[in-house]
Amino acid sequence: MKDLFAVVMLLGIYSLLSASFFVAMDAVDVAFTEAAVGAGISTLLMLVVITMTGRSEKTTRHKPLLALLVVVFTGSMLIYGTFDMPYFGIADAPIHSHVAPRYINESMKEIGIPNIVTSVLASYRAFDTFGEVVVIFTAGIGVMALLSVSRRREDDEIETALNDSMHEQYLVIRIVTKILIPFILLYALYVQFHGDFGPGGGFQAGVIFAAAIILYTMLFGLNTARKVINQSFIQFIAAAGVLLYGSVGIVSLLNGANFFDYNVLASDPVAGQHLGILLIEWGVGCTVASVMILIFFSFAGRRDMHKHSVSNASNASNSNVKGESS
Amino acid sequence: MIIGHFNDWIVVVLMMIGLYIVIAHGNLIKKIVGLAIFQTSVFILYISMAKVEGGSAPILAEGITQFSNPLPHVLILTAIVVGVATTALGLALVVRINEAYGSIEEEDIQHLDNQTQDETQIQATEGDQS
Repeated sequence: MKDLFAVVMLLGIYSLLSASFFVAMDAVDVAFTEAAVGAGISTLLMLVVITMTGRSEKTTRHKPLLALLVVVFTGSMLIYGTFDMPYFGIADAPIHSHVAPRYINESMKEIGIPNIVTSVLASYRAFDTFGEVVVIFTAGIGVMALLSVSRRREDDEIETALNDSMHEQYLVIRIVTKILIPFILLYALYVQFHGDFGPGGGFQAGVIFAAAIILYTMLFGLNTARKVINQSFIQFIAAAGVLLYGSVGIVSLLNGANFFDYNVLASDPVAGQHLGILLIEWGVGCTVASVMILIFFSFAGRRDMHKHSVSNASNASNSNVKGESS
Repeated sequence: MIIGHFNDWIVVVLMMIGLYIVIAHGNLIKKIVGLAIFQTSVFILYISMAKVEGGSAPILAEGITQFSNPLPHVLILTAIVVGVATTALGLALVVRINEAYGSIEEEDIQHLDNQTQDETQIQATEGDQS
């Protein structure tokens, strides 16, 4: 397939299908995340990139035979390897016999929240999750370092006017979006705070929150969105989320327990667990939402600069032609 | 019960499709799409391992005794969000490569690299001769 737009859309559909597969496999939290991230944010980012790089692939002459050979060989070795795996769905597979029974049987007593996934994510394995949050934060910094644009003040006014005139034609979508955005933001907060009882939590809530802001940015232009939400404020929130997460661990350390042991945060161990999970989920949500918004702002800003330089170049070449003809 | 491995086979097939796209296609966006498919195959491997026959989603409720394994769910949940962050980083690199070379095809980039290398070599030999 040579049309990259079709490729990206198919990837989005594939992500949505795999999300429904995860629901069938009982992994509701994972499906939630995949639907929001895979089908939403990552498809969108790829679309932004192909507007910059061109949407058609060049035809290549090289033969894919060698690649096919490598892939078939590796695949057959892996299939051979699967014969030692336990069968699908049996209850006494090795994976179900180590820590999982403890999580299932004891988590209600020790953590006191019904969603086992959240209690494992935020309490039993909080240190792992802290690592993941730091990775997301680092990736956000990396994208900003690669794509940061020094903003030119004098162009802002012209660009805003341009954007305003350009978006007039999407009047219906703009009004519907304006009505929908508060509900999306409210839903994100619901997912954030209901993560203890049903599927949800900081990761999903952060992505949904970011999706609402990105929707606004797409329809009203980057400069308008930057006026509504200050970019340096989002950068501050991204760092503050990681800091909040880490400091919960430090506080439990100072109270004489292990890193991320929330039992000592309140007089009652279960209440301490509730408080700790609430705080670190809040930290995760803040970091994920602001990193996603920052990544989108970086890409969109780069795209605006790209369009600007292209139009400048064409203006310059036009004036050159005029100069020569005169 | 040889059919009991079918989930692993689907994972292998998806993984190899992803690997093939990464190896055989020169377009950098398609390479990232291939990586995304590879990544999803790993997610499916973990999630299908966690499934227990007759189990339910791991949210404690009255009257349910058998649950799927929650631990792989946690690992994959965070892996998905980290995955999109790293994909964004890869796309940022693609954008910068496009700005530097004016192309996102591997062949063109290689070609341009070789050209500049040859030019510098020629310049170096000319400098020696003079």
